[in-house]
Amino acid sequence: MADMAENNRAVVKLKERFAADIVDVKEFRGEVTVTVKKENIVEICTFLKTALTYNLLTDVTAVDYLGQEPRFLVVYNMYSIPNKDRLRVKAQVSESDCTIDTVSKVWSTADWLEREVFDLFGITFNNHPDLRRILMTEDWVGHPLRKDYPLQGPDREPYKGRLS
Amino acid sequence: MGLDNPLGDNIITASLDGLVNWSRKSSIWPMTFGLACCAIEMMATGASHNDLDRFGIIFRASPRQSDCIIIAGTVTKKMLPVIKTVYEQMPEPKWVIAMGACACSGGIFDTYSVVQGIDEALPVDVYIPGCPPRPEALLFGLIKLQEKIMRERNSFGSTIGLGERYEPAA
Repeated sequence: MADMAENNRAVVKLKERFAADIVDVKEFRGEVTVTVKKENIVEICTFLKTALTYNLLTDVTAVDYLGQEPRFLVVYNMYSIPNKDRLRVKAQVSESDCTIDTVSKVWSTADWLEREVFDLFGITFNNHPDLRRILMTEDWVGHPLRKDYPLQGPDREPYKGRLS
Repeated sequence: MGLDNPLGDNIITASLDGLVNWSRKSSIWPMTFGLACCAIEMMATGASHNDLDRFGIIFRASPRQSDCIIIAGTVTKKMLPVIKTVYEQMPEPKWVIAMGACACSGGIFDTYSVVQGIDEALPVDVYIPGCPPRPEALLFGLIKLQEKIMRERNSFGSTIGLGERYEPAA
């Protein structure tokens, strides 16, 4: 199965251009995921959009692997309308330097999607045109989708099952 | 009566209260305001099969014309200021119905973003359990509210500025 991902047209082209940035390539049930370092994310995304026609950014989200390093993966799901093909790119973001460059200049839709990731995970997007909270209220403290955020909120006793 | 009645203890105030209470309970105008799936049941209760109109209950599109707000659904912390504003815009007298598990207690949403019961912010008159309550349950709750309104005392006196509205303990 690993061969299928290695032979994927986008993966082959990415490996030619950005060999030093690619950390991992995986394929699971026909879904190809490329994990990359965050430094050249704008160049990688620009290349994917222009040369490889991934012209639709379906979602930007993040995963919090609390206790691991790097702690966060920013996930870009993209779709090529001409090739009817999907690709997932994950970028590693550490807790100590919790920033990544914005791709909102590549796909405009990344503007609000990155605001959501900033709001809920506290990952800062460099050079973002308008990095404000989008779901939580403006005066909210903390980032609720982080694994160390208390589920019941910081002002309440945590749930202890039937004992609470 | 053992109650400090500013209009004096006579038959006229008693019947005036009754008349005022009867008109209020027969024309409960709820705010058109839904928050989640409970609002669908609320709309079903207002539609022809259950027909709230036969109780004089007519949904109004403005808080200025409403005297009841049915909190029909999950109240998020982001929505709470809006609900408070709508409630404050309603003229007195006004009543609050907490419809469904979420409005009563937060329901299954025991999380940071959800208010754990609208009674943290508004004075609730009737709690209706259910997830969501059937139209029959909402009707029952509204009839309970009507009974509660009928029990109120000094309804007329408080309207012309004499003392407070008073409700005997159930």
